Amino acid sequence: MRWIVKRTIKMVLTVYAVVTITFFLIRAMPVNPLQRALQEFIVQGMEEWQAKQMVAALYSQFDISKPIGEQYVLYISGLLRGDLGRSIYYLNVPVIEIIAQAIVWTVFLLSTSLTLSFLIGIGLGILMAYKRGSKFDSIMCGICTFFNAMPNYILAFFLLFYLAYGAGLFPSYGAYDIKLEPGFNWPFISSVLEHAVLPIVSMVITSFGGWALSMRGNTISVLGEDYVVAAEARGLPKRRIMLSYVGRNAILPLFTSFAISLGFIFGGSTLIETYFSYPGTGWYLVLSINRRDYTLMQGFFLIITLAVVISNFLADILYSKLDPRIKME
Amino acid sequence: MERSRFVEKMKDQLRSTYEIIKELTSTVRGKVGFSITLMFFFMATIGPIILPLNPMSFKLSDAYKPPSLEHPLGTDYFGRDVLRMIVAGSRDVILVGVLAAFITLGIGLVVGMTAGYVGGIVDSALMTMADIVLTIPGFPLLLVLASTVFKKAMDPFSLALVLSIAAWAGLSRSIRSQVLSLKEREFIEAAKCLGLSRLHIIFKEVLPNLAPYIVTILILQVTRAIYSEVALYTLGVAPYNTTNWGVMLNNAIQQSGAIYSTRRSNLLAPAFFIVLLQLGLITLAGGLDEVLNPRIRRK
Repeated sequence: MRWIVKRTIKMVLTVYAVVTITFFLIRAMPVNPLQRALQEFIVQGMEEWQAKQMVAALYSQFDISKPIGEQYVLYISGLLRGDLGRSIYYLNVPVIEIIAQAIVWTVFLLSTSLTLSFLIGIGLGILMAYKRGSKFDSIMCGICTFFNAMPNYILAFFLLFYLAYGAGLFPSYGAYDIKLEPGFNWPFISSVLEHAVLPIVSMVITSFGGWALSMRGNTISVLGEDYVVAAEARGLPKRRIMLSYVGRNAILPLFTSFAISLGFIFGGSTLIETYFSYPGTGWYLVLSINRRDYTLMQGFFLIITLAVVISNFLADILYSKLDPRIKME
Repeated sequence: MERSRFVEKMKDQLRSTYEIIKELTSTVRGKVGFSITLMFFFMATIGPIILPLNPMSFKLSDAYKPPSLEHPLGTDYFGRDVLRMIVAGSRDVILVGVLAAFITLGIGLVVGMTAGYVGGIVDSALMTMADIVLTIPGFPLLLVLASTVFKKAMDPFSLALVLSIAAWAGLSRSIRSQVLSLKEREFIEAAKCLGLSRLHIIFKEVLPNLAPYIVTILILQVTRAIYSEVALYTLGVAPYNTTNWGVMLNNAIQQSGAIYSTRRSNLLAPAFFIVLLQLGLITLAGGLDEVLNPRIRRK
């Protein structure tokens, strides 16, 4: 119980620290939102005086020009009331609405690819460990290392260029065909799946190798343990030893990494989402950095931080439940 | 006397390095990793001398020439030789990667060892700091930092520094746990009983035992830094004036390098070399781990 209280205090402090750091970091960037908007209006062909009037008219309700200390107090007191503020770029759309939309896509994309690469990795890892030293093992080790070494955005380029632009097999941007009405019907669902294939494939292929190699390592070290030898001596079926003796113990350390990765799901994959113009948190975050949309950026940083902190907390609890040898201190 | 002892020591050092390389190259993995890394080392050091590139030598009549004897990898939009650009780019890519890895490792070692060895309030303060940095999403943080720091072009040292600011936290956490497990070992206890000073124990007992781990970590940090560095250049978020593989990729993408067959080498060449470099470094790290880490050494 004491542990939970201590942990909760630490979580709150961490979130507060991140909010504060990102608040000032964001405002240290050169070019503020008003200057960026001015630049954009001028690029669009407005005269400078027109653009200035436009900016003054549009952004008067934002407190960007107030002293930074005052902005900070206003922001924090807003947060305490549960108000994330309104987006600067999307003029007054509540930040929380944009985040809620983006997070659905990101969580769908990232949780699917994380689960797939985890499952493929675990299965492959056990097989490789059981056949260690064989040709299958060394070939798979090579393949895993190769794909693990490949940066995911490089694979994403190739998929994008050859399968989407070149062969036209898959769409190259967005999360679904915008001509379709979102809803629970087959055309919409199939369009969503179609749009998700390439991003998911580029993430799964470049990450299953890491899981497989560490699962292989863990399994090999578990195979040498006395309880496995004892189980073999008792004549237990091979399949049972593999699943409930070896697999269960070898998977333990990976579960923590898995739980920690779950937290990063909410942050999305900045690069992959950007290249596929996938409207998730990663994509919005990059756009809001470029547009200097302070409130939106801040909102995304906050939500991602919350997700990471909470899933780390759950990972610790999960780990102590899975492995009674670990005590919470 | 002093001099001959120094020479002896150097000889020992050379001999053990030679032994390690010999053992490393006795496995397929080690051989592959070592030779790829060596190739890139030469590419980055003497490559630009053998195949110099004048980045300003625009010759539009030579634009997008297919691979030939004169231009083994073809030419780019400005008629520059792609192979020469790859060689020139390797220097920038590897320099930033290595610098960033050393800075990250430096911060990681100081923070991790202090936290692990001193313990108490210092430990919890340092680790809370690390946790906070770990919580901020990494690549977006990098984007914000890069656009804050680089008002003009990115230079290798500041870029390396920015990359390490986003990367030190995870490393210090794992160095801390290594130190914590070392602290429990008998020989550290023995050193303490002998009344050796804290600094002596840190530098003569703890650090040498971390050495094998540090070598592999350093190489893996290089791969991490290269991943983010090339990504930053490819996204084109900050201004640049160097020839970097990421810049080449960015240009190739802007000019739809994959769609026109004559432009394909502009996209394929940098992508190929990035993957090859990463692969070489990762296999080298794996191979070295096997040689230096007696626990997992194969019989």
